[in-house]
Amino acid sequence: MSMDIFMQHLLNGISVGSLYALIAIGYTMVYGILLLINFAHGDIFMMASYFMIFAVVDFGMPIWIAIPLIILLTVILGMLLERSAYKPLREAPRMSIMISAIGASFLLENLATYLFSGVPKGYPDIPWLTKVVNIGNVSFQIVTVVAPVLVIFILIGLMWLVNHTKTGMAMRAVSKDFETARLMGIKINTVIAATFAIGSGLAAVGSVLWGAKYSSVYPLMGVMPGLKCFVAAVFGGIGNIPGAVLGGIVLGLGETMLVAFFPGLTGYRDAFAFVLLIVMLLVRPNGLLGEKSTDKV
Amino acid sequence: MNMSKKTKNICTAILILVAVILITLFDNDVIGNAYIKRVLNLAAIYAIISVSMNLVNGFTGMFSLGQAGFMAIGAFTVAVFTVPAESIPSIFYIEPMAPWLAAIRLPFVVALLVGGLIAAVLALIIGYPVLRLKSDYLAIATLGFSEIIRIVFTQMQTITNGALGIKCIPGITTMWVPFGAAAICIGIMVLLINSSYGRAFKAIREDDIAAEAMGINLSFHKNLSFAISSFFTAIAGGLFASLLTAVDPKQFYFTLTYNFLLIIVLGGMGSVTGTIIASFIITGGLEWLRFFDEPLSVMGYNIPIFRAGLRMVVFSLLLMILVLFYRKGIMGQKEFSWDGIYNWIMKVKTRLSRKKGGA
Repeated sequence: MSMDIFMQHLLNGISVGSLYALIAIGYTMVYGILLLINFAHGDIFMMASYFMIFAVVDFGMPIWIAIPLIILLTVILGMLLERSAYKPLREAPRMSIMISAIGASFLLENLATYLFSGVPKGYPDIPWLTKVVNIGNVSFQIVTVVAPVLVIFILIGLMWLVNHTKTGMAMRAVSKDFETARLMGIKINTVIAATFAIGSGLAAVGSVLWGAKYSSVYPLMGVMPGLKCFVAAVFGGIGNIPGAVLGGIVLGLGETMLVAFFPGLTGYRDAFAFVLLIVMLLVRPNGLLGEKSTDKV
Repeated sequence: MNMSKKTKNICTAILILVAVILITLFDNDVIGNAYIKRVLNLAAIYAIISVSMNLVNGFTGMFSLGQAGFMAIGAFTVAVFTVPAESIPSIFYIEPMAPWLAAIRLPFVVALLVGGLIAAVLALIIGYPVLRLKSDYLAIATLGFSEIIRIVFTQMQTITNGALGIKCIPGITTMWVPFGAAAICIGIMVLLINSSYGRAFKAIREDDIAAEAMGINLSFHKNLSFAISSFFTAIAGGLFASLLTAVDPKQFYFTLTYNFLLIIVLGGMGSVTGTIIASFIITGGLEWLRFFDEPLSVMGYNIPIFRAGLRMVVFSLLLMILVLFYRKGIMGQKEFSWDGIYNWIMKVKTRLSRKKGGA
């Protein structure tokens, strides 16, 4: 394999990984606070893509208005989901909440199939993201470079939010001990709503970059990225934001390199994430950056 | 208030007799038609899968979502080993079946058991690393596993015929096969649940740390429960293949598992009888709901919301409503008992007479 082709795969892997990272952050934050696998997260990402299509294709909005608008809509959808599907079950056994999450995910998928039909739709073209640039023999879309840079900025922003603001402090407290945080006067519901808002917003950002890269939108598009990004979050250490980013990038790179070096395994690309999960759980169950936690009785 | 033991036994005997007579009548085409028979057979197969899912989710308190994958293993084992040798070339017309595999033809029952064993071994392989951890990882690992199985089956052209699937599987000729299998499989699981192993499962469900402190080997019991559940799921998958006479990997998309999830939530997590009742209600109900997918016109006016896809929306709404407002399901963690029925009838009776007295 020549250097150029390797660079090409490397760039591609990092950019896919950054997209995974954006979605994985949403998983890891929700899990850190509610100990809930938000199965519907991938479907929120899917709905964000549909919002974009409606805004640009059906309502003819310019891209620069549409992007903030769909981020806002997705945030509202995420908070609505939390309010209707998870909040009523806060005192219920964990398995009920998980089933509710599966139900919500399945409902969103079926609603999308019913309302928008299962036929894939094209994502609106965003010229300043999809333009192809050549450097030497390596050619890539601008989004390939934008995605990782954006992820780094978002990561810095989130770390500041979590470590240096009052909301962030509340989030850390809630994730340490739900009950005690409530007794200390932290408004649990506000903190949880904020977490869902951030997660959904990042999923919307991810969907814009995803759309620029893959340009096909269908009701089940969120399923595979959703599952894989949860794996990425576990890989990096669940509940840990830099871990989710690291996990996403490792997963994206690993997948791309697997296909690049072993073209015969192309069909197994989607299986890579789950093999990674099982190996990781065997070797280091707390993830790369996760802390070892002990249950106290 | 309790009934005497004798009355209870008589009631049970009558119930079994009625079931046997009904199945015989259905089987000899005295009542019902092919469609109803098929739905009932499917419900019996779903009952096996749901009870085995309940063994893991309801009785041991772990969260497994791999049913579709284990079903696929059972279904494809039966398909690959029981397809008649003369029809193999016409099914595998793109790439021929691997010769060593085509040489092995097994009887249906043996193929069922082989499928079950393969599933159980795979369950142990996933279970060993994953079950040491919190139950959430099992959910994702099993969901991922069921997707991997589907991907692998789509890729193995010479063994499973890839995306084309396998058809011409010898079909089920009598309703006694699925119903008999259901009785045997569920019977074995009930015996297991009532044994010391079953009590250990329930202890783990209630509090795994306390159970461990009581000397229960957590990893052993969790793996046992998961492997047995997978074994019976694969057996039911084999029956499913034989009922449909054709399988392809697309049928085992992981959303299939959500059917069983709905069944165990409706029936009650941790209730075998509830699960059996719910699997008949849900399987029948899902067939009945098909009218949602047909265009509906009332007095010449077409109601626009009735079109393809509405059934699944209703189905998923049902799951949400159940878990949000009716979390205990029909039975909760209780089992069906004549005392329960008797007390319920008495309660309704007194309530009615009180109403009458008041008026």
